[in-house]
Amino acid sequence: MSVSNQLYQEVILDHNRKPRNWGALAAANHRAEGHNPLCGDHIVLTLDVGGDGTLAALGFEGEGCAICKASASMMTTVVKGKSVSEAETMVQQFRDMATGKLDPERDPHQLGRLKVFAGVKDLPSRVKCAILPWHTLLAALHRDPVASTEDPTS
Amino acid sequence: MSAVIEHRPNPPFDIERDIDQIRADFPILSMRVGDKPLVYLDNAASSQMPQRVIDRIVRYQTHEHSNIHRAVHYLSETATAQYEAARGKVRAFINAGSEREIVLTSGTTDAINLVMHGYGRKFVDAGDEIVISAIEHHANIVPWQMLCEERGAKLKVIPVTDAGELAFDAYQALLNPRVKLVCITHVSNALGTIVPIKDYIDAAHLHGIPVLVDGAQAAPHLPVDVQALGCDFYAFSGHKVCGPTGIGVLFGRAEWLEKMQPFKGGGDMISSVSFEKTTYNVIPYKFEAGTPPIMAAIALGEALDYLSEIGLSTIARREHELLAYATDEVSHIGGLRIIGTAERKAAVLSMVVEGIHPHDLGTLLNEDGVAIRTGHHCAQPVMTRFKVPATARASFAFYNTFAEVDALVASLKRAKSVFGVG
Repeated sequence: MSVSNQLYQEVILDHNRKPRNWGALAAANHRAEGHNPLCGDHIVLTLDVGGDGTLAALGFEGEGCAICKASASMMTTVVKGKSVSEAETMVQQFRDMATGKLDPERDPHQLGRLKVFAGVKDLPSRVKCAILPWHTLLAALHRDPVASTEDPTS
Repeated sequence: MSAVIEHRPNPPFDIERDIDQIRADFPILSMRVGDKPLVYLDNAASSQMPQRVIDRIVRYQTHEHSNIHRAVHYLSETATAQYEAARGKVRAFINAGSEREIVLTSGTTDAINLVMHGYGRKFVDAGDEIVISAIEHHANIVPWQMLCEERGAKLKVIPVTDAGELAFDAYQALLNPRVKLVCITHVSNALGTIVPIKDYIDAAHLHGIPVLVDGAQAAPHLPVDVQALGCDFYAFSGHKVCGPTGIGVLFGRAEWLEKMQPFKGGGDMISSVSFEKTTYNVIPYKFEAGTPPIMAAIALGEALDYLSEIGLSTIARREHELLAYATDEVSHIGGLRIIGTAERKAAVLSMVVEGIHPHDLGTLLNEDGVAIRTGHHCAQPVMTRFKVPATARASFAFYNTFAEVDALVASLKRAKSVFGVG
């Protein structure tokens, strides 16, 4: 299957057209902005982390390509209801999958249908588009106001 | 030297007639991307290199390399002669009056920074003004911002119309005795606009203000005559004129270069050094500290010979035909909008397609072997002005074909069908 057919599947195109959890949460207790200075992708993520340590609600908005927007949209649906540590594990797994360190067909993971993003590993210039929302999630959880794809530690 | 060159018909070239020979001069153009032939439409970012320039690099490194301006041995004298011959070719290419006015730099960015340090830090003070335009590349914005911040000067910006043309009346209103330099592009890399630069130079000179022209996008695409233009500085890059990266040119009028302070200190830019006092070398060497990119300079000279043999007027005409054809073809694609519709344009087609982000477009086109540039093109203020986050930019060179334009159009249509938009 061609790279674009593999990546631009209906599920990604659908989340791009109709992003879930779009908008800013009114009652957010965590917030971070993610920015990719190379391509201009920019998202704002707001979280409501409940007293029990689970992600009760998430909202995002911004400007980005289909890969970035769909990744953000699917991320918000998948991590909702998860504990902070579960979400952190998923960030790590998603990042490993997008950079080719984790093969979702072979290695254990909790990414579920997020594995549609596995093909991005073959498009080095687009890896950051897919990962940006996840960096932003980590930044929000850790109360860093800004995440950048150019942060050398990220 | 490749056999293809020797069998060339004599100029004037008819590029359409000779296109197979011209394309054969560029080995990279026959490569494939995956199972698709490469369609290289990113020439505004960097052009490709003809075999004869590649051969020149090999010959230099095989038979001529040494450091220049130093030793008395054979190789050093050969390398020095070839390096200076390249300076002569650059002079002829832009019709400068003297080789003393040709400073070899690492690129356009380096050339502009040289003027910022050499002229700006010497002649610009608090309360002075620098005029740039709204369609500049970051390389002709950021150095001036840095200078203004350091000196307490003000940056003034010539506005741009919705078509992507500069507003000449507004420009004239910005000119006053506080303006110490006008820095303006000859051709916009993001929009393709050809600025009627002579009018801008003449208007500045009426006020005694010198003008720097960023010629990075113009030098590859149209004839440049710095004496006819009357500009004070003109900068361009080697890798956009079929030469290598790492080499660029600053033309500066001798009277300015003489008055300017050196940019970098080091070897070659001095005539004598003691711990008490250093005397600087004469121009242009005053601005060429350290060992320069000798190989790249010689290769640039060869590339300029190549372009000159085809003829810049012929190249400009060919690229205009490609642009006109491409503009017409993409205008039939629903939901596609061209950003930059100036009356006079170089072969740059900046596009946005409704419902598809430019980066997704770039990825999908790449799969068809079509190489375009997507992003802000180092011109974020242009993107802001036209209210787009980025564009998909196809830029043509004389070696591109009408069939490649067709491939671009087919690929754009395929991208739309993948995204289900039209």
